[in-house]
Amino acid sequence: MNSNAQVASYTATSAEISPSALRRHGMWDAVLRNATRSAAITVLLLLGGVIVSLIHDSVLTFKTFGFGYLTSESWNPVTEKFGALAPIYGTLVTSFIAMLIGIPISLGVAIFITELCPRWLQRPISTAIELLAGIPSIIYGIWGLFVLAPFLQKYIQPLLIGAFADVPLLNQLFAGPPYGIGIFTAGIILSIMVLPYITSVTRDVFETVPAVLKESAYGLGCTTWEVVRHVVLPYTKTGVIGGIMLGLGRALGETMAVTFVIGNSHRISPSILAPGTSISANIANEFTEADGALYTSSLIAQGLILFVITFTVLAAARLLLLRLESQAGKRA
Amino acid sequence: MNLAIYKRRRVTNQVIMALSWFAAASGIFVLALILGTLVYKGVAGLSLKVFTQTTPPPGSDGGLLNAIYGSAIMTALGTVIGTPIGILAGTYMAEYGRGARLTSVVRFINDILLSAPSIVIGLFVYEILVVGMHHFSAWAGGVALAVLVLPVVVRTTEDMLLLVPDSMREASAALGSPRWVVIMQVAYRAARAGMITGVLLAVARITGETAPLLFTAFNNQFMSTNMNAPMANLPSVIFQFALSPYADWQKLAWTAALLITVAVLVLNIGARALTSSRNK
Repeated sequence: MNSNAQVASYTATSAEISPSALRRHGMWDAVLRNATRSAAITVLLLLGGVIVSLIHDSVLTFKTFGFGYLTSESWNPVTEKFGALAPIYGTLVTSFIAMLIGIPISLGVAIFITELCPRWLQRPISTAIELLAGIPSIIYGIWGLFVLAPFLQKYIQPLLIGAFADVPLLNQLFAGPPYGIGIFTAGIILSIMVLPYITSVTRDVFETVPAVLKESAYGLGCTTWEVVRHVVLPYTKTGVIGGIMLGLGRALGETMAVTFVIGNSHRISPSILAPGTSISANIANEFTEADGALYTSSLIAQGLILFVITFTVLAAARLLLLRLESQAGKRA
Repeated sequence: MNLAIYKRRRVTNQVIMALSWFAAASGIFVLALILGTLVYKGVAGLSLKVFTQTTPPPGSDGGLLNAIYGSAIMTALGTVIGTPIGILAGTYMAEYGRGARLTSVVRFINDILLSAPSIVIGLFVYEILVVGMHHFSAWAGGVALAVLVLPVVVRTTEDMLLLVPDSMREASAALGSPRWVVIMQVAYRAARAGMITGVLLAVARITGETAPLLFTAFNNQFMSTNMNAPMANLPSVIFQFALSPYADWQKLAWTAALLITVAVLVLNIGARALTSSRNK
């Protein structure tokens, strides 16, 4: 290979001018080692900086409102009374809906790709699903606002309201009027967005199941579903949960798509069809308009809350996947 | 043999497999629907004016020139700042610090940074740059994007360098090459395609990023090349125009959305082609 030849000639010439060349090489080695090391440390400092700056600017909020900031629903920029309950509620509920819809579909797609799909179709379908992951969130937002929300408003939401009108509790959850935008629509958009993340992790771990295991189950007369249920899923449990939590982390922090369709109203309504807000939507909408230190600080405090929530979920997901990797290493 | 049990198992299996088919079909259907809507609505507003005129006030004609320029500049800035640091950090993890404690800590933190909500990154850059400079600026927007580029590049650089067989490094070292020559001339060369893929994916990621730009670069109704001032960018224009009540603004928002999606898909597919041709 051409590159090896070059290296060889390079080192041959440098070997002839020994002492000074050695010093020079030693110097360059030290330079590169230190440069790469400092770059690695920069990554650490960056995350540290994010945490420190968020805490620094939220102090004012927590000093003013104390712990009550987390449990108060009021949001009044005029009287400067702020509480984060409505956005926290919106973030958690939209993500919950996204998971409720997204997990079964993602698992279905992963099962389809690994077990059912003809070989020639495997790659195109995987690629298409992964391209879904690449589409920027603002595209989902504009699509959700102009296509999905009117569709849900016209067809799905009246159907839900009608179907559950006589069922206690559920009629509270699906109480009308159909706005189109709202918590429910945000949840649906999020479920579309987390689908590729969960699917690609799940498919990857499904493929790690040794063929022998599956074949012995088939040999005993198991159906495809029984193989998936009793062999593949138990074997890949940790990985699947890790993938789901990665998806959850995405859903919790997702901003633009949610901002477009959630309706931006600081209320906690028992109905999931009603407009609401989420932490990220709230920040995106109001941050540049926020005047006064307390207003800005209370938005940054929400950023901190969001960061803490996603950090916990993502760290748990990474640790699970990491444990899986070390297990795979032991097995190999 | 108990036929009832057999039948029940078979039916369960068929139902669930049908549901899997349905799940995969609906996934593809949604992708097709989103792309179809984008092309249908976006092409309607596509004309030469989009590339030659700046964003209009409501009710008059205009294009997206200032937003396209701003997006290109800030994406380039983010890539130029983020990539070298990312490559260096990835190099440390795969070459000098392999197995070191620092490496595993950085890998963990980098993964957290990789999936941290981008709006939080925007808040961070707002606090350190915008507050310090007392105004929104294209510099701040570029830095925010750089923070998003960095973890992607770190991750792919490390992964790709670890794929380079150690025998190549050893062969080079046996010829008398010092460590830095081994890295620069052998490891980088062998991992080049993968590393470029990583950079392309990072660029694709920031091309459509909106949240961190909202309060760093802000937006600008006019053409501006001043890096110290607010600068228009496609995502912010989409955000503003799509939520406006004006039909011609909404039309431009769709066109901008189409442009971004095409750019992102081209980058993604290009990156994919690069790695798959390499793997053959």
